[in-house]
Amino acid sequence: MSVHTPHPDLPPPANIVGVVGWSRANLFSSPLHTLLSLFALYLVYLIVPPIINWVFIDSTWVGDTREACATTTGACWVFVKVRFNQFMYGFFPQAEYWRINLAFLLLIALAIPLFIKSFQHKGKLAAFILIFYPIITFQLFSGGHFGLSHVETSKWGGLSLTLILAGVGIVASLPLGIVLALGRRSNMPIVKSVCVVFIEFWRGVPLITVLFMSSVMLPLFLPEGTNFDKLLRAMIGIALFQSAYMAEVVRGGLAAIPKGQYEAAEALGLSFWKSMGLIILPQALKLVIPGIVNTFIALFKDTTLVLIIGLFDLLAIIQQAFADPDWLGFSIEGYVFAASIFWIFCFSMSRYSMALEKKLHTGHTR
Amino acid sequence: MKKIHVIASAAALTAALSTNAFAGATFDSVKKKGFVQCGVSIGLPGFSNADEKGNWSGLDVDVCRAVAAAVFGDASKVKYTPLTAKERFTALQSGEIDMLSRNTTWTLTRDSSLGLNFAGVNYYDGQGFMVTKKLGVKSALELDGASFCIQAGTTTELNLADYFRSNNMKYTPVTFDTSDETVKAFDAGRCDALTSDQSQLYALRIKLGNPDGAMVLPEVISKEPLGPVTAQGDEEWFKIVRWSLAAMVNAEEMGITSANVDAKMSSDDPNVRRLLGQEGIKGSGLGLSDTWAADIVKQVGNYGESFERNVGQGSALKIARGLNALWNKGGLQYAPPIR
Repeated sequence: MSVHTPHPDLPPPANIVGVVGWSRANLFSSPLHTLLSLFALYLVYLIVPPIINWVFIDSTWVGDTREACATTTGACWVFVKVRFNQFMYGFFPQAEYWRINLAFLLLIALAIPLFIKSFQHKGKLAAFILIFYPIITFQLFSGGHFGLSHVETSKWGGLSLTLILAGVGIVASLPLGIVLALGRRSNMPIVKSVCVVFIEFWRGVPLITVLFMSSVMLPLFLPEGTNFDKLLRAMIGIALFQSAYMAEVVRGGLAAIPKGQYEAAEALGLSFWKSMGLIILPQALKLVIPGIVNTFIALFKDTTLVLIIGLFDLLAIIQQAFADPDWLGFSIEGYVFAASIFWIFCFSMSRYSMALEKKLHTGHTR
Repeated sequence: MKKIHVIASAAALTAALSTNAFAGATFDSVKKKGFVQCGVSIGLPGFSNADEKGNWSGLDVDVCRAVAAAVFGDASKVKYTPLTAKERFTALQSGEIDMLSRNTTWTLTRDSSLGLNFAGVNYYDGQGFMVTKKLGVKSALELDGASFCIQAGTTTELNLADYFRSNNMKYTPVTFDTSDETVKAFDAGRCDALTSDQSQLYALRIKLGNPDGAMVLPEVISKEPLGPVTAQGDEEWFKIVRWSLAAMVNAEEMGITSANVDAKMSSDDPNVRRLLGQEGIKGSGLGLSDTWAADIVKQVGNYGESFERNVGQGSALKIARGLNALWNKGGLQYAPPIR
């Protein structure tokens, strides 16, 4: 008895699979869509080739002086190349660049185990990074001990200063924000009102005002000769300012946790801090990861405002380079460079947050 | 603007109250620290800018270096504090910096109510005009009916209106928000002329597609004398800054340069001998070493050298001496005699 073997399925018609099929379904499914698609393609044609030409094809990459770009119609990356070290390290003495490099390599080396699943002591390592790493970094940057020459904070600058400001802001604002958010939901009237006043005050003033006050007004109230480091003032300002925003983001998360969770924690006999630390906060923080990262990204970009108090973050040091009479007129290259660096950092942060959300996903999201 | 005013007056009041108690303190503290803390601009081409190694240079920076040379005999003993326009006076009043050399215009308000002392003028600036050469204009008075690219909301806009009204001429303003846009528009031929402070015009000219196709007209329609500033309360220190600048101008007048200063030491000219500390009062009046002026000229150069190196023919800016030529060469730079 012969077994019936069905005829193998025919492949789908060529015009509904692959690139052709996809375009038919998505780009040219109706006359209107066809028109819009063609228009969009035309826009791409108008915009993209000139940009690529300017950035890559017509641009100058080799040379050390302005003369190298004399005949260029595209970008003059020589300007960025010549100043690259300054954009990264600011006015830090060149012989001491290794200290900055070491500090950032150390951070990367310390952070890698946190991403290894089988690593057991993640909590301890994270605590080390949060508490001791900043001290080590400060010693490396500032020097003055262990045979390292002292480098004043006024010489710090460039991308490393941007990262320091953002790092300090991020590390300080999250715990502060959590405490403030818990305080704002507290039943104790004094704690509650202090937190509410703090949050509303800092949210009510622009960051630029905070920085300006810290740099212009504060020195006048201090006794003459007291020199309160400008960078420290900026860091404190940024940390307090961002913690107010962080507090509201976290409060959103706390409000989203059903009442049953709080009651269940109480029914188990957990103390306030235990119920928060073990039950409420892990769920609340997970819920607001997008909001937290949003605040971090905003903070990272806000660090450029320190320009107005004469600190040279990445953007400020690039703008400062425009003033070199030998390199006048290359501001577009500088701004494009600054934008791409900022984009890389902000984009990485947002991708990381998406990965984190996926990892912590427990099936509650709808 | 009003707010800034209030802040400024509050600042002035605080400064006036606090600085009096510390008369003479700046000079002593500078000597003790071993360097001059000098406030400069965060970046102004030719006046104060940092190279790729982070070394500051410029016409304003040279004044700081001259003071360091006078006090310590070493022009490199300066630490720079880059300041924005808003911060500059507070930094001085609070003692964060010892002197300010940051293209600051000397005005009555600043001199009288902010607790500041202007030690002289190291650059006579003023609003000028830049036109394309093919316009064929040689003087601003020929600009009747021309269109101007202006940055909106600046005092230059007002000065321009006043100048044209007082000369019974007409113009068409084309306003923009930023200085960069203004230059782009001028470059693209959207206006006949560009107006801004002269020192800025030369920097803007370099940004043009064809810098040689444009020229700066000789007329100056506003007064912007820029100079170094110290805080009130330390007369000794103020005089050191004033005379450091004066020594540079005097050196140029006597033809003493960084190259020939050693040879000039044995000059017979009594004026030269007095300046270089060979005779006369020397440095004792200022509490400085005898060779204070010679050190300035040797390490920083005379005023003319500094000018040419930073903003003049030796730089990319190529600013003409104009008002900043010596008084006996048709300019305004004049220093009291050293004797």
